[in-house]
Amino acid sequence: MFYRESGQLKTSYQEDQALLSITQDRIGLLLILIGAFVLIPLLASDYWFTAILIPFLVFSLAALGLNLLTGYAGQLSLGTAAFMAVGAFAAYNFELRVPGLPVLVSFILAGITTAIVGIAFGIPSLRIRGFYLAVATLAAQFFIPWLLVKVGWFTNYSSSGVITTQPVEIFGYVFDSPVERYLLVLAIVSVLALLAKNLVRSNIGRAWMAVRDMDVAAEVIGIKIMRTKLIAFGVSSFYCGVAGALYAYVYLGSVEPDGFNLDLSFRILFMVIIGGIGSIMGSFFGAAFITLLPIFLDIIINDGAALLNLKLAAGITSVMQLLVFGGLIIFFLIVEPLGLARLWQITKEKLRLWPFPH
Amino acid sequence: MEFFLEVLIGGLLAGVMYSLVALGFVLIYKASGVFNFAQGAMVFFAALTFVGAQEKLGLSLWAALAFSLLLMILLGVLTEKIVLRPLVNQPPISLFMVTIGLTFFVEGLAQLMWGTKVYPLELGIPDEPVATTIESLGLSATNLPTVLQEINSFDLIAAIVAGVLVAGLAIFFQITKIGRALRAVADDHQAALSIGIPLKSIWAIVWSVAGFVALVAGLMWGARNGVQFALTFVALKALPVLILGGFDSVMGAIVGGLIIGALEKLAEVYIGPFFGGGIEIWFAYVAALLFLLIRPEGLFGDKQIDRV
Repeated sequence: MFYRESGQLKTSYQEDQALLSITQDRIGLLLILIGAFVLIPLLASDYWFTAILIPFLVFSLAALGLNLLTGYAGQLSLGTAAFMAVGAFAAYNFELRVPGLPVLVSFILAGITTAIVGIAFGIPSLRIRGFYLAVATLAAQFFIPWLLVKVGWFTNYSSSGVITTQPVEIFGYVFDSPVERYLLVLAIVSVLALLAKNLVRSNIGRAWMAVRDMDVAAEVIGIKIMRTKLIAFGVSSFYCGVAGALYAYVYLGSVEPDGFNLDLSFRILFMVIIGGIGSIMGSFFGAAFITLLPIFLDIIINDGAALLNLKLAAGITSVMQLLVFGGLIIFFLIVEPLGLARLWQITKEKLRLWPFPH
Repeated sequence: MEFFLEVLIGGLLAGVMYSLVALGFVLIYKASGVFNFAQGAMVFFAALTFVGAQEKLGLSLWAALAFSLLLMILLGVLTEKIVLRPLVNQPPISLFMVTIGLTFFVEGLAQLMWGTKVYPLELGIPDEPVATTIESLGLSATNLPTVLQEINSFDLIAAIVAGVLVAGLAIFFQITKIGRALRAVADDHQAALSIGIPLKSIWAIVWSVAGFVALVAGLMWGARNGVQFALTFVALKALPVLILGGFDSVMGAIVGGLIIGALEKLAEVYIGPFFGGGIEIWFAYVAALLFLLIRPEGLFGDKQIDRV
């Protein structure tokens, strides 16, 4: 009853093509933005910012990047973490080698650098498809962290390979406290998500989907496969690169190449699967789910054990995490292959009628 | 030259170990078109069950072997029933991702059952140069060429095991009725179904056979490196072998394994020093990738023909 489009007539093409065509959606988004930009900074504690909200946003961005490549363009990549590493270390080196470079500019440059690397590793996709390509992207996953460790220049000859990022300073203002860092990453992620949302409904996004659904057919109707795939790799890597830079600068503060391992790549892939393949919003759902799940599991297992007076064997939490993670992935793919985003869709359909039966 | 030969033989024998793991992937891919990423986890599960049954349940070596085989078959059948059957007709990418989920689940399950300790796995195979083994048997090894004397007995036995396994599988596939049914299913699911081949039981058999192969691989790798979580990374070593050999060729798994093993060792010795070492993590991948650019379907893989 409250979420209906009836009566909202569109009188121009512009209205018809608006990003959010229903008033309720516009109000909803406005409320979310107000909540994220105003209410949360007022209410949340430092723990929430550093342990939950900032990683959630950073991972959302990375998942968004992977979703553009895998969900929209249909190219499965297992090297997301490596591209994040490129972004993190590129941003670090731009800041280090170019004195006075605004940090936002170096984030963007890091994204562009990653895009170039991503395109290079995307070139095989022109000839290799499907699983062969997925395995081939593992080459990036193993090669890039190795290169970052081996070539001392990238880590500024730090003996342990760990880099500590420079302070995030914009126009002389240092983003230092958790809430400031949260607002910074929120602003960046919001802008990039809006861009992605528009991109996937432009002709580039449509070409991606055509290639995903059947590349031979796409080629026959005149889509340039090479251009489309390489743009997908480039744009996706740009997002992952910026996410990597934020991961280093805003979330952790100091990173090492080995931190960007295959596990991280899989985590981000899981976010995409659970959130919803081929959905911008799904990337956020998935990131929230995967970020919160370990925290909940920890609480449940530890509190449950305390309640039952059980002594937990060492490492049981991580084992349980593996089990629950794996089980959930299997469950989701069987029950709802389109992920949480699809559940949201179903909810919206239901909301159109609610509280009436017809 | 002798040094080169030594490195080459060492590499080829190490490659056989990769082939053992790659075989499991190929079996399932051939019969059901699923790229089973969980094969590495199955190898880990099998090895851990084998040592766990000995340590915790006090079973003898053979009883533990039978027990783990049974459990692997059960795991395979259940996987097919619970995980894959509901996903029939889903795009291959979904099937691939479900096996990534399965990987995590099986790894967790194995550790939940047997704990997170590192176990040694003792099969009674000597890990020493062949010459020493021969001498310990009371024979003289002096008339063997030195290159052969230096070969590790363990590697040699692993190679023999792999050879026997491949030969056994080849016979199984070529001669037995089930084997022929498997090949028919691999060729065309629908046609096989329409001439009365029971698809469901065939897939259950394939998963069981893959479980058996995982057990053999788990025993060999476990005896070599100890049974620990790192065993799951064995699968990552087998992937370049797969893309090099072709996903759907048993022959490819063997030849690919040999090539990757040899290349890796040679590169480590002759190219590695220029890069400061450590290149074996990615070298196999890059080598396989370059090869794929020339032949996208791998060495022995079926050529894919696309139609609109």
